[in-house]
Amino acid sequence: MKPSTVPASTPSLRQSSGRYLQTKWKGLIIAVPYLWLVLFFLIPFFIVIKISLAESIIASPPFSSLLNWTEDGALQLSLLFDNYAYLWEDELYYKTYLNSIKVAFICTLICLFIGYPMAYGIVRATPTQRNILLILVILPFWTSFLLRVYAWMGILADQGTLNNLLIWFGLIDEPIRMLYTPFAVYLGIIYSYLPFMILPLYANIEKLDMNLLEAAAALGAKPLITFLTVTLPMTLPGIIAGSLLVFIPATGEYVIPDLLGGGNSFMIGKLLYSEFNNNHDWPVAAAVAVALLILLVLPMMLYQNVQARQVGVKT
Amino acid sequence: MSTDLNDTHRPWLDPKQEPFIKIRGVTKRFGDFTAVDNVDLDIYKSELFCLLGGSGCGKSTLLRMLAGFETPTAGNIFIDGEAVANIPAYARPVNMMFQSYALFPHMTVEKNIAYGLKRDGLPKKEITRRVAEMIELVELGDFRQRKPNQLSGGQRQRVALARALVKQPKVLLLDEPLAALDKRLREHTQYELMNIQDQLGVTFIVVTHDQEEAMTLSTRIAVMDQGRFIQTGTPTEIYESPDSRFVANFIGSANIFQGHVITSTADHVVVRSAQDDTLQFTVRHSAELAQNTKVWVAVRPEKIRMLKDAPTTPGPNQLAGSVHDIGYLGRLSNYKIKLDNGKMIDVTHPNQTRPTSGRHLVDWDERVYLHWDSASAIVLTH
Amino acid sequence: MIHKRSRWVIAMLCFGLAFLYVPIFLLILYSFNHSKLVPIWGGFSTRWYTVLFESPEVWEAVMLSLRIALINATFATLLGTLAALAMVRFGRFKGRTLFSGMISAPLVMPEVITGLSLLLLFITLADIIGWPGARGFTTITIAHITFSMAYVAVIIQSRLIGMDQSIEEAAQDLGAKPLRVLWDITLPILAPGMLAGWLLAFTLSLDDLVIASFVTGPGSNTLPILIFSRIKLGLKPDINALATLIILTVSIGVLLAAWLMWRQEKQRMQDRKMASRTDH
Repeated sequence: MKPSTVPASTPSLRQSSGRYLQTKWKGLIIAVPYLWLVLFFLIPFFIVIKISLAESIIASPPFSSLLNWTEDGALQLSLLFDNYAYLWEDELYYKTYLNSIKVAFICTLICLFIGYPMAYGIVRATPTQRNILLILVILPFWTSFLLRVYAWMGILADQGTLNNLLIWFGLIDEPIRMLYTPFAVYLGIIYSYLPFMILPLYANIEKLDMNLLEAAAALGAKPLITFLTVTLPMTLPGIIAGSLLVFIPATGEYVIPDLLGGGNSFMIGKLLYSEFNNNHDWPVAAAVAVALLILLVLPMMLYQNVQARQVGVKT
Repeated sequence: MSTDLNDTHRPWLDPKQEPFIKIRGVTKRFGDFTAVDNVDLDIYKSELFCLLGGSGCGKSTLLRMLAGFETPTAGNIFIDGEAVANIPAYARPVNMMFQSYALFPHMTVEKNIAYGLKRDGLPKKEITRRVAEMIELVELGDFRQRKPNQLSGGQRQRVALARALVKQPKVLLLDEPLAALDKRLREHTQYELMNIQDQLGVTFIVVTHDQEEAMTLSTRIAVMDQGRFIQTGTPTEIYESPDSRFVANFIGSANIFQGHVITSTADHVVVRSAQDDTLQFTVRHSAELAQNTKVWVAVRPEKIRMLKDAPTTPGPNQLAGSVHDIGYLGRLSNYKIKLDNGKMIDVTHPNQTRPTSGRHLVDWDERVYLHWDSASAIVLTH
Repeated sequence: MIHKRSRWVIAMLCFGLAFLYVPIFLLILYSFNHSKLVPIWGGFSTRWYTVLFESPEVWEAVMLSLRIALINATFATLLGTLAALAMVRFGRFKGRTLFSGMISAPLVMPEVITGLSLLLLFITLADIIGWPGARGFTTITIAHITFSMAYVAVIIQSRLIGMDQSIEEAAQDLGAKPLRVLWDITLPILAPGMLAGWLLAFTLSLDDLVIASFVTGPGSNTLPILIFSRIKLGLKPDINALATLIILTVSIGVLLAAWLMWRQEKQRMQDRKMASRTDH
């Protein structure tokens, strides 16, 4: 074949036109959700940080401006880390942080302990049973979270179902105080977040190749050894995803400690809420929020990483 | 197909013929990676042209540039005289049949086929007529109201073909058209595809990694590797006269001996094996080669005769060895012969007689003598 | 065929499901209790349903919540779909890392933080540009869209990744311009995912208490805000009645969706059988 000289077409600036929307619509498709998130997610975030650095004053809004015009006309930036120092110094705050982590951690462990065998049982059921069981797990997830917490108020109250039952069986003479105790908070969190543990675990265990277990058994491993050396490591991504899905929101939980824990529960979400709505100390509330976020940023990033790998999205 | 040697069927031999598709200096880079490297190619009207190569050789990228899904980094493509490099896919007189068939899952067979015509804004009557015609051509009359997931693999393939052909494109691009079918259906569909192409006279460009498919289907084949054409020619040319060791090995298999030219005359060359001084090959060859040129002699396994008795007269192209392995394939057997100098040679023989009492013509470890005609081997210079 | 050795697994499964459902059943049971004291059985009665239906406050809250949920679900589906397209289809673009962070962060962000930050934004905005003048319907809807679009985006993303891109190329090859491809091919294929996303966004909005109570203003009580303010001080039998109605509605919806999906799956199995029969 004779090489002939033909003027080259203008080299395309487009990397690949294989993606059909990669034309004039690309900009619009990205810009709309992008702007929305910048305006309603990113900027609010910076406002929180800004206010956490301000001084609480009695005014509306109840915080000082960070930017001040000094007398000679220069713009002065006044940063106050007082609010953070306050969180550090006041025992109430850091104890509440520690308590939130403790509660969330223990609840996560218990959810994992209950959820793992449940997820495993669902995977091992027949297809019809499996569909029914899955719906049973998902159903509470779609029904009102608030009402399911409320249901426990009726069970745990002094005159509630559980106390009545225990007295009727003659196990106790006097009602035990259960509502408005830390116990109720633990119970409420485990109850509310159990489906969040089961579903990622189910998705992960379902993908597990059962031949592996048979192979391990054929090689002479006892069931417990098989579980520890094959099943558990293979389902670790599901365990991590499920645990984070319980741990992260549980740490910042507000409704459960407020309704079930009453005045005796010290959780960070509740503290933030009352600092803001009852004490009207916005700068401290903002500082509490930032501190909570710093606490959760590692688990949150870990979750995104696990999630991205499961969905297959490259980030 | 290529038994007819009439020149109207071989337009590429006629310098007065204007190629229908001209690819000129086309390069495609993705970042640092060069997928297609400055290629030129002419394809003539009504050809069934195959781009053949392994995965990542650039054949699919070239096809996608023809379809308009990729823009060449440099160079241009002309279809029927029109430069198309910057025309978007939806405006090109070209249609494509995808490897996955890419049928619209939410549309019936009929709607799938009609989609392209609707985009052209044809009158309803015309659309109905042409869709009906196409459905008849690909024999899908009973399935016109079915959705793709209610069809078998072979039926889906035919819907994809009909959908691409109904717009009467100037060129039909087929990306691995048979890869998703099982072996039996593949053979049947191969001939169906050829018949349809013959009937409609549309130029087909087929991308495939399957050399057998390329050999059966095409008028000409371009063998690609690392973004370049290695050799272009009819199936017979490519198989019988490969011009490089790569092509000789890629299309079918070949026994290759390295050596040096001892004498070269107008019609043959004599080559001495580099591995074994006592071995000499005589090969009929038209081009003259200088003495001592480093060359490779290639012989196809089926062109080697295998005998149990030693030849009575010594001559060129004679080898001896013992049977190392036998692969029985039914209609033929593959033998691995270990030569006395240790080299392994592949020999293929048709099983023309039934083995008596379960024993084959030759047995393991049996001594055999190999020989081939000087016209059966070829000399390769690279 | 549950494994022989897994008696323990079955026991845990039963215990777990009982744990999930007993409180809900008790909640429903007490809604038919005549007594004003929730946990003490005073005979069967539907009086609390009557009380509920006669309360204009409840109806107002239901209507507000439904309005917010509808608009939220629609906008969240739209924005979430665009965001998913941007994430999956455009490879690398400027600011993609920030974008991917912003689109997935609301999924794990504690509600109190989301609520607080949005409220502070609305206050700041009102200070600077005078909008939003009063908080309520609009501010709650915006807040809900912001976090529910992230859920929609996750659903659509996984569907987009699983989709054969050559289907879109085929449409283009047959003469469809980009917007035509979007309308004829991409959107119909994404439709089930968008429907699922819409339903999820709708439910999330109906269910949200924390964010709504931050960004709402006086007089705008969504249903969860109303319920919360009532139960904060103890058990209220009419709330049991309301809870029963909500739980039944949602359950019927979920079961219906499950049934539809099951039927679709059966249809698909039949299609496959039909396809394999007709091969030659």
